[in-house]
Amino acid sequence: MKKSSARKRRPAKSTGSDFWRLRLYIAGQTPNSIAAIDNLKKICEDKLRGKYRIEVVDLLEKPQLAKGDQIIAIPTLVRRLPPPVKKIIGNLSKTESVIVGLDLQPVR
Amino acid sequence: MPRAKPKAVGSSLAKAPTGIQGLDEVTGGGLPKGRVTLVCGSAGCGKSLLAMEFLVHGAVRYGEPGVCMDFEETEAKLAANVASLGFDLRELTKRKKLLVDYVSVERDRIAETGEYNLEGLFIRLGHAVKTIKAKRVVLDSIEALFSGLTDSTILRAELRRLFHWLEDHKLTAVVTGEAGEHTLTRHGLEEYIADCVIALDHRVTEQISTRRLRIVKYRGTSHGTDEYPFLIDREGISVVPLTSLALAHKALTDRVSTGIPALDEMMEGKGFFRGSSVLVSGTAGTGKSSLAANFASAACARGEDCLYFAFEESPSQILRNMRSVGIHLERWAKKRLLHFHAMRPTSTGLEGHLAAIHKLIAKLRPRVVVIDPITNLVSAAGTYDVKSMLMRLVDFLKVEQITSMFTNLTFAGDPQERTAAAVSSLMDTWIVLRDSKPNGRRRRELYVLKSRGMAHSREPRELVVSERGLELGIVLTDQRPATTVAGSGAVAAAK
Repeated sequence: MKKSSARKRRPAKSTGSDFWRLRLYIAGQTPNSIAAIDNLKKICEDKLRGKYRIEVVDLLEKPQLAKGDQIIAIPTLVRRLPPPVKKIIGNLSKTESVIVGLDLQPVR
Repeated sequence: MPRAKPKAVGSSLAKAPTGIQGLDEVTGGGLPKGRVTLVCGSAGCGKSLLAMEFLVHGAVRYGEPGVCMDFEETEAKLAANVASLGFDLRELTKRKKLLVDYVSVERDRIAETGEYNLEGLFIRLGHAVKTIKAKRVVLDSIEALFSGLTDSTILRAELRRLFHWLEDHKLTAVVTGEAGEHTLTRHGLEEYIADCVIALDHRVTEQISTRRLRIVKYRGTSHGTDEYPFLIDREGISVVPLTSLALAHKALTDRVSTGIPALDEMMEGKGFFRGSSVLVSGTAGTGKSSLAANFASAACARGEDCLYFAFEESPSQILRNMRSVGIHLERWAKKRLLHFHAMRPTSTGLEGHLAAIHKLIAKLRPRVVVIDPITNLVSAAGTYDVKSMLMRLVDFLKVEQITSMFTNLTFAGDPQERTAAAVSSLMDTWIVLRDSKPNGRRRRELYVLKSRGMAHSREPRELVVSERGLELGIVLTDQRPATTVAGSGAVAAAK
């Protein structure tokens, strides 16, 4: 899992808007949910240290929240800030896809 | 994962009525209760409408609240569609009878980064079901998931799980699916659905559209494999249930007047059998419509409801023309005994006409039906189709014990007009009208070519049409046998 983050690439600088608000939807403490939380934390610490916030929503506790963000798959990660809203599904194990999906590419 | 198979044995007979006219008859009471039904067909075939009607009728008539997970239309759009059928979706939603959840699946905005499942969908559905204590569920069209999510292995496993989930929660569900090229649905949904599959079809031939419904499978219920024509109009879907062709209708012995005393006289002095079918054929201008109108008028005079299908003239035209020959139909129309229904033959396909006729008869429950003329329907289809349609219609009328009269235009010089020949075998009574010109004076003649179950006169009589109405003249002692119009003499002889 460390493979991609260990590459010799400089961590992402700000992409304009400076704060990242991420919301991760899970449904109970399933292996995929736990993996998604761990993977997300790692990536954020690596790329966005100090300027992100993760909110974990457990739909088993708050099922009514699923409709608002059009959640179908679990886990789903929603990038609420910076705009535009982006959605990633899966346990976030494919780090490269997460970086592309969240638009975390380093500024050139 | 346990298959649901064993359960089907014990609970296979419980049905959830759809409230859709005809469909509940065809399925012996509705869709399998607590099971998943697949409704498939191409775009615009009416599957969403069927699903929505199932849900709305369930909520309004059968006290079963319903949830619609709509993958295609937003709540607002759906509300507009449902409103066009005369239902207020917002009101039903407010009263917690219905809940619509629009599920948006946008491929370009979803990236996949590892394992996932569709628990989010389950939670949403579960939440919605719980909120209104739903008994029915519609998923329209769940195949949208295939365009939004790329991992079809996960998707298929999850769909299977979803259908089991629905059954475990004893929900009666309708799932819609788009028709595939060589399969019932594009993504093979039929593989997951064991209990009931309904296919809808929308064909356009010679610019006339026909809609048909077929029950592909229905576990635990005997069902016809026929294609049932159906209609979509302001009141939604109605399916023509094509009463069984078992010829089991009861033959009545009471009689109804033909409207002309002398013609009654020719038929044992009593007229037609009630519930029988009568064909009136003849060349142009021989008085077919007059005879039919007279028959209708006589029925109304007895206080019976009559439904008059006009395929050639508008009702006001018929009223005017009949007035000129002493048949006053306005009073019956005013008393709401006589109901006109005028349609252009080419306005819809044969099935469409059949469906419309069927629907109207079921609604008005008349004792007498006139179809004037059936000839024009031929222009909307081939002879074979006309025959099979009429067979269904005649059968239906007999079961309902409705006396019916069909007029049929034949062409001079073409005595063996195919329609007449094809149709006549379905008819109990066949009255032939013709022109003749003995001694240079043109006159109309009438004779009864056949009339099942009675000793009828076979002699031709003159038909006198005047401002006093219709009368029969003296028996014509014409030397020539009456074969000019009755081309299919074999049929008559075989009577």
